[in-house]
This record gives sequence, structure tokens and C-alpha cells, in this order.
Amino acid sequence: MTAQPYRREGVTGKTVRFRFDGRDYEGLEGDTLASALLANGVRAVASSVKLGRPRGVYAAGCEEPNALVQIEEPFPEPMLQATTVELYDGLVATGLPGQGRLADRPDPARYDAVHAHCDVLVVGAGPAGIAAAGVAARAGGRVILADERPEPGGSLLGTTETLDGRPGREWAAEEVAALAALPEVRVLRRTTVVGHYDDNYVVAVERRTNHLGAAAPAEMARERVWRIRATRVVLATGGHERFVAFAGNDLPGVMLAGAARTYANHYRVLPGRRAVVFTTDDSAYAAALDLADAGVEIAAIADVRRAPGEAWAARCAERGIEVLTGYVVTAAKGEGEVSSVEIGPRGAGATREVAADLLLVSGGWTPVVHLFSQAGGTLRYDEGLGAFTPGETRQAVEAAGFARGVGGTGVRTLRACLEDGAEAGRRALAAAGFAVASGHRLPAAEEEPTAAPAEHLWLVEAGDYGTHFVDLQRDVTVADVLRATGAGLTSVEHVKRYTTAGTAHDQGKTSGLLTSGVVAHALGVDVAELGTTTFRAPYTPVSFAALAGRDRGPLHDPVRVTAMHEWHVARGALFENAGQWKRPWYYPRPGEDMEAAVLRECRAAREDVAAMDASTLGKIDVVGPDAAVFLDRLYTNMMSTLKVGSIRYGVMCRPDGMVFDDGTVIRLADDRFLVTTTTGNAAAVLDWMEEWLQTEWPDLRVHCTSVTEQWATVALVGPRSRAVLARLAPGLAVGNDSFPFMTWRDTEVAGIEARVCRISFSGELAYEINVSSWFGLALWEAVMASGEVTPYGTETMHVLRAEKGFPIVGQDTDGTVTPQDLGMEWIVSKKKADFIGKRSYARADTSRPDRKHLVGLLPEDPGVLLPEGAHLVETSALPEPPVPTLGFVTSSYRSAALGRTFALALVSGGRERVGERLYAPVGADLVPVTVTSHVLYDPEGARRDG
Amino acid sequence: MLLIPCPWCGPRDEAEFHYGGQAHVAYPEDPAALSDEEWARYLFFRDNPKGLFAERWSHTAGCRRWFNAVRDTATNEIHAVYRTGEPRPVIA
Ligand SMILES: [Zn+2]
Repeated sequence: MTAQPYRREGVTGKTVRFRFDGRDYEGLEGDTLASALLANGVRAVASSVKLGRPRGVYAAGCEEPNALVQIEEPFPEPMLQATTVELYDGLVATGLPGQGRLADRPDPARYDAVHAHCDVLVVGAGPAGIAAAGVAARAGGRVILADERPEPGGSLLGTTETLDGRPGREWAAEEVAALAALPEVRVLRRTTVVGHYDDNYVVAVERRTNHLGAAAPAEMARERVWRIRATRVVLATGGHERFVAFAGNDLPGVMLAGAARTYANHYRVLPGRRAVVFTTDDSAYAAALDLADAGVEIAAIADVRRAPGEAWAARCAERGIEVLTGYVVTAAKGEGEVSSVEIGPRGAGATREVAADLLLVSGGWTPVVHLFSQAGGTLRYDEGLGAFTPGETRQAVEAAGFARGVGGTGVRTLRACLEDGAEAGRRALAAAGFAVASGHRLPAAEEEPTAAPAEHLWLVEAGDYGTHFVDLQRDVTVADVLRATGAGLTSVEHVKRYTTAGTAHDQGKTSGLLTSGVVAHALGVDVAELGTTTFRAPYTPVSFAALAGRDRGPLHDPVRVTAMHEWHVARGALFENAGQWKRPWYYPRPGEDMEAAVLRECRAAREDVAAMDASTLGKIDVVGPDAAVFLDRLYTNMMSTLKVGSIRYGVMCRPDGMVFDDGTVIRLADDRFLVTTTTGNAAAVLDWMEEWLQTEWPDLRVHCTSVTEQWATVALVGPRSRAVLARLAPGLAVGNDSFPFMTWRDTEVAGIEARVCRISFSGELAYEINVSSWFGLALWEAVMASGEVTPYGTETMHVLRAEKGFPIVGQDTDGTVTPQDLGMEWIVSKKKADFIGKRSYARADTSRPDRKHLVGLLPEDPGVLLPEGAHLVETSALPEPPVPTLGFVTSSYRSAALGRTFALALVSGGRERVGERLYAPVGADLVPVTVTSHVLYDPEGARRDG
Repeated sequence: MLLIPCPWCGPRDEAEFHYGGQAHVAYPEDPAALSDEEWARYLFFRDNPKGLFAERWSHTAGCRRWFNAVRDTATNEIHAVYRTGEPRPVIA
């Protein structure tokens, strides 16, 4: 007796140590966790999600519905199939009750993405896929061959078939190695194609280091997502075996016949000692004979058919295996695992119980049509197979081999699959534009017995269907399906949603067709007309980490910083995101909280002198003979009358009349303007300009160029700003008469070539100094050098502008607000014949008296700060819901200048409500507020000129 | 992900493009001359066919040009692309 009691005799290999459910085991290199557990006689691997029933290994690949495990070490990962986890030293795993746990620590692994193009993508490196790739590659095509397993061969890995007189597995390894050596061929192992989208855009996930455990090199990406655009795709995805619904078909020890064959042949493991085989076609005979040769006693084969393949029957007779035709398994029995199998004639008749620890089931084979269906292909029912096969498609894709239903009787024939694959490869490459010579040599396959027709059996009839499982992972039984059809559901899509069959993370690979079959049986209709549920990506689960790739943490989104950024960081500024920009939010001094810092910064701007980094404002150069005409059409006000040397504030609207953006327009020359936009809208405004120029006004001679990053801007604000500027720019006449409001001058500031604009977003005397961004930091340091200028951030900027009632597009507006709603009737030209939005101001809707207007709000308690977003109601007690709301708070701050809190709000008929008391429901309270004008500070504009 | 044949750059991934809705909805010559209903039709009403649809795309992450495409909304097949200002081609 070895340490692995179910390992086949005489097998040697490198020992691998692992731990499962708290016990230490040994397996062999090349095992999956499933094969290693079987080798150690572990039958119950997990328990089911709803009923908590013990479950064992059912399959040998990604179709596994039962054996769900969680890896605990080296890094936690939930909901993996034991059949796809490659064994490595130090693996620690536990069986799951249908649900796992996410890691409680950050994933240290790297993930990456690759983009690739090819002439032919072949999915699946089984016989058909290798043949297809071989033909296409040897004719010189750029070929990608992707396969989900660690080694090529597909179905050859589970059988004893030979090609050119040697094991199929060896042929596959050699042929794929030869292909991989060709310069235009890429072979992707451990790579699952999970999605097939429009125009042959195919997404695959390559697992590079998962199988190495703790030995995985840290510098190597754990998984890579491949995004492949292929001229042609050949889907050689093979088939999945399905089971039959009978009593107790979920007991550990019940296993798909083909899976048991793979365990015996490929992993050298006996999944049991004494087996009963239950089949509907010839394929299970090959499994039974291989297992018998490996040392498993085959107690009986129950074949639902009257006439199994004669050659197979003869081979069984040679070995003394009893074949019972017209028989079914009526129940698998045992405590926690199979100990006996009840068999009997189909329909009625005396049953008998056969002692066995293994029950092999084959309900036929289903072509893997997931990707074909995802690609938009139709499916058609194949009577011989009892399954759906690829039909029509408009995409440049075709299926090959068993995925196309080759064989047609439920038994894959190796020679036919090789030939079909080679033909598909030839067609694909020819369609991709290559001349393909004939004469690709295929390996010689053995003669195979002629198959007898399969019989399509979905369920074994019984009085009680409570343990006739249809979907093992979702614990859906025939009884559940009958409840659904009994409730009147006649579509598989509805039954799927009612019972959840097919919705587990195995996506119903073994259960989908069975569900259709049982529904068809219950309704007395044909499966062919009932159809199957829709196949959707991903084919197998994909981790979010893989999809995120490198786009995590600081690389999640590009970060834009200004030329002065390092100064802000050094001064301890806190930052706010404005789109992708990092903007200083406020600069707390030691001991200050945000409120104290912002009040101090506001006081400095209103009473002394302060500066803000305003470089992030969008800036667009608008140049050309028709630039003025163009801006007249875009802005609500007149820009063509602006004089060179002057500046005008402007608002842009959409054709529906709603505010889209605002900013200043500087006229640099007759044919040249510099337009500023809000920080977050810079790209959208440039897009907007280009759209109108290209699609509506191609006759206008105008070019627009983003220059946001070419300029650095310092806003110098406050009653003492003029004095500071005069010192920094001795060559500039800073007096009010020589440099009036809304004009600009080119000069030198601190020895740097600069353009100074007299504009104000605070109501105070203010200047915006623009220099080449290369000199931004030097300018900022020069402004700050004397220590008298207080740096301020976006929060202070927001408070200052709100005190003056200047709206921020996107904060105080939301795409349903007109300039008139904002109290800016004055900016809407009456003279211009047309501009974007003008016609909409004559619509009844934009002149409704109950439109929401921008107003100010003063909480009656001057210490209460309203939350932004708070709604406003008329009454001091809330009526029964739905409560009619008058509007909502858009901005809310503490004001140093006002010595109290205040807010801006959009309020229905707001301008007519000035002086009224309204209420803001905040938590359980109704906060009383008074409606005021939106301009709360210096309404006469007395401070602008200093 | 569609492969969109930009008439200026050739076939490129859909991720490089922005969608612009129905094509051939011109800004009215004289909006002031339109009735409220006519103006509302221009602003708010668009076709939503199952089948061939002439629509606008902009190659924003490429040449930044607008163009038109005739796409089958049921299959995503792009039957034609053409430059802004050109008439919609007849698709057999
Ligand atoms: Zn382009």
C-alpha cells in the first residue's frame, strides 16, 4: 500500500505535498488537486450550496460542477474547481459549501494585458485544433493556438488512442512544439478563451504562474488578458459529457464516464475499485474497458439501448463484463458516498442492487458551442448527437472537430476530427488571403469500431424526483423543474430564471442541455424546438484583477499635475480630484482642520492677498479668419465685438438651451482668441467645437487647439494684489485706468514672459498671470517668495465664488438649467440672429414660472451648514410621501466674510420666493432657511477695482 | 468590440471612437422660423430602427474626424462608411 492508495500500480514521479481540509497529503507532479484527492481516496470534496449534500469530483476539466475549493495558501482565492487547480508544493485548500471567501489582504501578484493580431486563431489544441493550426501555420499564416490545459492534446490526454503508432499525447506534444518553433506561430498554454465578440475580437486569459504556488517569480505577471483580433477563428473546443437525472445522481462516487477515463489514463489514478457503468451511447464502453485494464472491476454496464455497438459488446464479453441492455440506473445509494447502485429494466421490472463504490455515467456528449454562440452564430439541433451544434454565422468563424458535431453519433472519431480540423485550417487561411497548398500530412489513426446510434435519455422516471439532480452546482432537481413547468413556464429561459439552473459559475456546462431535455420531457415537446439558453461570456470565470491588469492604484486613471505640484506637496496641501487633475484643496497649517484653514484662506483673499494655482483651467486656441463668427455662434453673448486686448466672460449652451460650459474669452488678434473652459470640461468643449466645425459649418475657416498644458496660471487675489504684482512686474502699468478690469497685457513677471489678465472669480481685485508651463514653478515661487501671499486651494475658491453667486457648471447646474435660470439673462444676446440654444428660449418650457432658479439660502441658525443635495420643502412638517420638493441645495459653505453659513440652491420659482422661509429636511430635522438673492457678498461690485 | 473602418485611417478598435447618434439630422437653416413642434423634433426625436441605421462616429482617439456609417443595429455589421457631407449610400 502506497501513501496514495488509489494511485495506479508502478507510477512514479516527483512527490508534491499539499494540505486539504486540514489534512496533509501527497500527490504527484502533473496532478490536479482533484486527481490528487482521488489518489488519496478523498471522495467528498465539497458540499452543495443549498442542500448541504456532500459532493465529489464529477468531471476532469472546467465543466466540473461539484468540486469547488478555496485556495488558502499561498494567496486566498475562492471558488476554484479542484479539477482545474494544478497541484504544487505547499498548496493549502479547503472544500467549499458552494460559496467562497474573498481574500482579506491585497493581492501582491501582477497582472497584465497583451494585444495581438493574427490571421487564424485556433481555440483548442485537441486533434482538430492541432490539425487546423498545423495546416494554417505551415502555409505561412500568423497563427495563435490557445488551449486551456497545461499541455496540448485535448481529448487525446484522456484516452489510449495512438497516432502514427504512438500515444496520441506524445504526437500532440511534438506537433505543437514543432508549430511553436515557426516564427509566425504563437502557442498559448493554460489560456482560456472566455469571450468572442464582434468582428472576431476575442478575449482570453492566460494563467502564467498559478501552477507554481509560492515558487512563482514575483516579476512575472500571474495572469495575462489577451485581446486578440483575428481575421479568422477556428473553434476546436471539443465536447462536454453530460449526465442523466436519476435518484442520488449527486453522491460522491458518481462520475462522468469520460472523466473517469481521463483520471485512469492521464493522471494514473483509479477513481474507485468496483464500478457500475450507466450509458446511453458507445463512448462509455471505451471508458469501461480502459478502467478495467487499469484494474477497476466493472460490475456491470447498464445500457439504456437495446442495441449497443457490437464490437464493444464483444470486447466486454472477452473481459467477462456483464452488459445489461435496455437497463437504467434507478438509484445511486450509500451514506455520504456510493456503496451500491440499483439497476433495472427501463420502464418497469425487477431492480437489483449491485455493490460498487463508483458509478460512471454518460448521457451523451455536447459540443462546446459557447464561443460560436457568443459570436452571434445560430445553433441547430443534431438528432444523432441529441445536442445543439453550430449553425449559421455572419462572423469569420467556424467550428471544427467535435465542436461541430463531427462523428454525429455521440462518439468522437479521431480520424474524422483530424481531417475536419485540417479542412477548417485550410479554409480559414485561404479566407485570410493565403494560397494554401494541399498535402498536409495527417497522422495515421487506428481503425475505430462503427458506432451504434445513441439514445437520448434525460431522466430515469420515478415517483419522487427530489434527488434527481439537473444542475448539481445550483442544487436544482427534476422536481424543481417540474414545479417551474407546473407553474406554467414553457421557455427554458424562464425555467432557468425560476429554478436558477445554469446560473452557477460553471454556467451549466454539464446541466444546460439536460435542463432543456427535462423541460422538453415535462412539456411533451421536442428539445429541438424548445432550444437552449443563451451562451454569454465569460466561458469560465475571470478574476477582476486580471481584467484590471496594470490599471490599478496610481495607474487606474492617468493623473495630471500642474507645474507647481511639487510645491503644493511640500507645503502639505491636501488634494482634490478635478477630472484627472490633482488640485490643491486647502493648505492646513499645523493644528488647523479644514474649516479653520479655509476660513483663514478666505480672509486672506478678501482682506489681504492670496494666490491659487489655476493652471488646470481648460485653454483652447481658436484661430482663423472666421474665429469671431464661430464664437458668436457658440456663445450666448457677442464675441465678435470684443476688442483685441480685452476679455469677455461667456456661456455656452446646448441646442436645447441648457448651460454646457462657461469661461473667459481673450481676444489676442483679429483672427485669434484664447478660450478658457472649466477644468473638467476642457476635452468636451474642444470636442464640441470640432463637432460643429466638421459637421455643420465646414465652410468656417477656424482651427481649434488645446493649449491647457502649455500654460501655467497663477490667480493673484485680494486688495493688496496690485501692490504685489507691481513689485513682480515693474514694467507693467498696474493702475486701474491703464490696466482696467477685463483686459490683458503681455509683460514680464519676475523676469518671466507672461500674459496677465485682469479677471476675477472672487469679486476681489485680482489678476491671472499666465506663463509657459516650463516656468510655472518659478513664477509661483516668485509670488510666494516674500511670504506675504497666502496660498489657497479649490475649497476657498469655491467659497469666494459662491459668496458672489458665481455658479460652477456641473455643481450648480446639471444639464437642465438655462442661463436665465442662473439669473444671467444679461449674457443672452438679443442682437444676434442665432446662436446655439437661442431658439429654445422661445419654447414654452424654458419660460415656465416654476422653473428652478439659482438662489441663495441663509439657514436661520447661522451655525448650521446644510448638506449639499438636501431638498427643500414649503411646510414645517413633512406630508405623507411622496413629498413634493421645491428644489435642492447645490453648494453650501461657511463664510468668513458673512460670518455665517450660506448655501446656493436651485428652487422652483426661486426669484419670486426671495424672503420666504423654506425647510430643508436633514435627517429627522427640518432646518428652516430664508431664500435670498444668489449674490450674497458685495452685490454692488465695489471691490473689483481694489 | 467593433472594428470600425474610419474613412481616413482604416479599421480601428471601437474604443478609439465616440458615438454621435443619428446622422443626417442637420441644424435647421433658420431655427427662428420653426414652430415649437418642429424645433422639438430637431432637438429630441431620433429614429431607432432594428436594421440599417445611418449614424455618426468620431475618431476621437485617432484622426479626430467625424464621419458617417451605415450599421445594422441587429447584427452590428457596418455596411458602409462615408465622409460627413456625403449622401447616405444605398445598401442593397
Ligand atoms: Zn480616423
